[in-house]
Amino acid sequence: MPDMSPIKNPMPEQEPEVRNKNFLEVAKGYAADMAKSEAARCLNCKNKPCVSGCPVNVRIPEFIARIAEGKFEQAYQIISSTNSLPAVCGRVCPQESQCEGKCVRGIKGEPVAVGRLERFAADFHRENSSKIAESVKKPETNGHKVAVVGSGPAGLTCAGDLARLGYEVTVFEAFHKAGGVLVYGIPEFRLPKAIVQDEINKLMESGVKIVTNAIVGRAISVDELFGEGFEAVFIGSGAGLPQFMNIPGENLLGVYSANEYLTRINLMKAYLTEYDTPIKRAKRVAVVGGGNVAMDAARCAKRMGADEVYIVYRRSLEELPARREEVHHAQEEGIVFKLLNNPVAVLGNEEGYVRGLECLRMELGEPDDSGRRRPVEIKGSNFVLDVDAVIMAIGTSPNPLIKSTTEGLEANRRGCIIADENGATSKKGVFAGGDAVTGAATVILAMGAGKKAAESIDKYLMSK
Amino acid sequence: MYKIIKKRVLNEAGTTLEMVVEAPLVARRCLAGQFIILRLDEFGERVPLTIADYDREKGTVTIMFQPVGRSTQMLAELDEGDSILDFVGPLGKPTHIEGLKRAAVVGGGVGCAIAYPVAKAMHAKGIEVDMIAGFRSKNIVMLEDEMRANSTNLYITTDDGSYGKKGFVTDRLKELIEAGREYDEVVAIGPGVMMKYISLATKPYGIKTVVSLNPIMIDGTGMCGGCRVSVGGETKFACVDGPEFDGHLVDWDELLRRGAFYKEEEAAQKEHICRLTGGVRHA
Repeated sequence: MPDMSPIKNPMPEQEPEVRNKNFLEVAKGYAADMAKSEAARCLNCKNKPCVSGCPVNVRIPEFIARIAEGKFEQAYQIISSTNSLPAVCGRVCPQESQCEGKCVRGIKGEPVAVGRLERFAADFHRENSSKIAESVKKPETNGHKVAVVGSGPAGLTCAGDLARLGYEVTVFEAFHKAGGVLVYGIPEFRLPKAIVQDEINKLMESGVKIVTNAIVGRAISVDELFGEGFEAVFIGSGAGLPQFMNIPGENLLGVYSANEYLTRINLMKAYLTEYDTPIKRAKRVAVVGGGNVAMDAARCAKRMGADEVYIVYRRSLEELPARREEVHHAQEEGIVFKLLNNPVAVLGNEEGYVRGLECLRMELGEPDDSGRRRPVEIKGSNFVLDVDAVIMAIGTSPNPLIKSTTEGLEANRRGCIIADENGATSKKGVFAGGDAVTGAATVILAMGAGKKAAESIDKYLMSK
Repeated sequence: MYKIIKKRVLNEAGTTLEMVVEAPLVARRCLAGQFIILRLDEFGERVPLTIADYDREKGTVTIMFQPVGRSTQMLAELDEGDSILDFVGPLGKPTHIEGLKRAAVVGGGVGCAIAYPVAKAMHAKGIEVDMIAGFRSKNIVMLEDEMRANSTNLYITTDDGSYGKKGFVTDRLKELIEAGREYDEVVAIGPGVMMKYISLATKPYGIKTVVSLNPIMIDGTGMCGGCRVSVGGETKFACVDGPEFDGHLVDWDELLRRGAFYKEEEAAQKEHICRLTGGVRHA
């Protein structure tokens, strides 16, 4: 009999007033008994709506059944047969709009905590895999070489799936460390970097080669990759170009793109004293934007010692694009939400340092194209938020480097590479997926695209 | 890991160093005007440095630098045979030299290390090049033979008059222009202040002036936006839109301010370089 409790087993977490001063993981993860108890809430429905909600089709009821039985390693094996990054997905997927959003238990009460269970199985495997003495099997090579550009979620998934099929995969990464947004963007307290590294190590053990410090589009072109013997190329270069608002004062000292701020902290470890990365310890910080990146930046700023951190967003709480959980965590940690406010200028002092952010109050009008109510300015409602740093987290667009150096590769007017539903681009043998195609989206959608492209590349090369 | 093949001190005072680094992926395509980013070890910053020379066959790239901050001081501690953890490039757009007939290339201090390859590339294309190289004093003069061999005329100035002509490069350039020398283009590479004044000096004459900027950046591929500069009222990213820009359009005061953003942090960092372990720390 399933456990009919209407609510999820709560996730053990660090207390807000403790965690907003450290970079340790906020959510501590289920213990074995909690996981079993949560797994018992699954009805094991026949038509498995949760699976259809998962971009990489994890066999959810199956793995949950194994957890309920206490067969944790088996649960992990089921997840990892379709998902190359389970420990990552269990932590950062927006389950509420995917698997858990489709869960039948969610109709009356809370859905089964699929994400927490996925994380539990992955963490169990990582902590016990040496004891199990399981070695990653290196599949027999089929002799075909594939190049993957970018080592973020799309690239890693594509590489992992192709390696499993026997392809010789080389991943090219521009940074000195593999992982893409998982290492430069998402903070340690949400996704510990050791976990990302562990997933990457597993891929490397399965035969994937990773070349860091290699900028495709500068050091080597896509066409040259074909010349080097690669028969297909997957482009998963993400959306790394930060957008600014184009308001006065954005080049003042103390204005950062969220990319820069997060990269200094996450990839370059500015929060650890043994690293040389400089960062200013701002006291009053405004983060402009309402997505997950804005929440990450705000929560980092708090942890770096800011007294006041504001989220400045032009719409209302309802329209915030960030995950509910992230908003909730940010609020708990003392981030102040300045909603229905639109920045119009960054103000500076005589030395060129930020001294304030001038905003206009907004009100919600008629729904716009996105279906959300359009924010309308309230004339004359200008006011100045007293801050010494401003972080712009209003979105990113794909980096033009590859598009501009690859003949025959088409992109749309927003700079996104055009790819069909199978990941095929306008150029023969070149596939693309993730944020490079969609513009900034989520880790799991990028993984889904990487997976789809791996299938397409396999079909393409097998029929050649 | 990227091995240091050769290390050489470039001037009497020992303030500028040259290193030849094994980096085949950079060497295969890089051109004058582009730069690399290096990271010494796991704890190091990502440091952008302009490419001074390269050898495609040997797969090596030459950098020249002045140990001023913590990272470059630690780099200076390394010797031939040692390795740098990360070395990535080529980054930025190469220098444009097409269509020029007569040019002046102005280098200031360590900037001569970057200005000289530009002069060399121009000279090789048959462009008439006046190279003006400025130093504080005689003991930091460097690359004199190389610059002479790769320019039509070489003019050296020192601030204190201990070598070449006394004065600033700005004055020397103005003298040459006033004396009737005609240039299609002036290229100025050196400290921000020097590039600013060269740009101000050439403006009344309407001579196109190209400067090579080296602002604070992290990735060098357009990702962080830290290197943004205002050029003609528009925001540009020096790493991908540059590093070379029209000096008459650059907002110099903003550039100089942004360049000094981490001055205090850098000063504090310099206090702690271990003389025992030398340059590299182990993770």
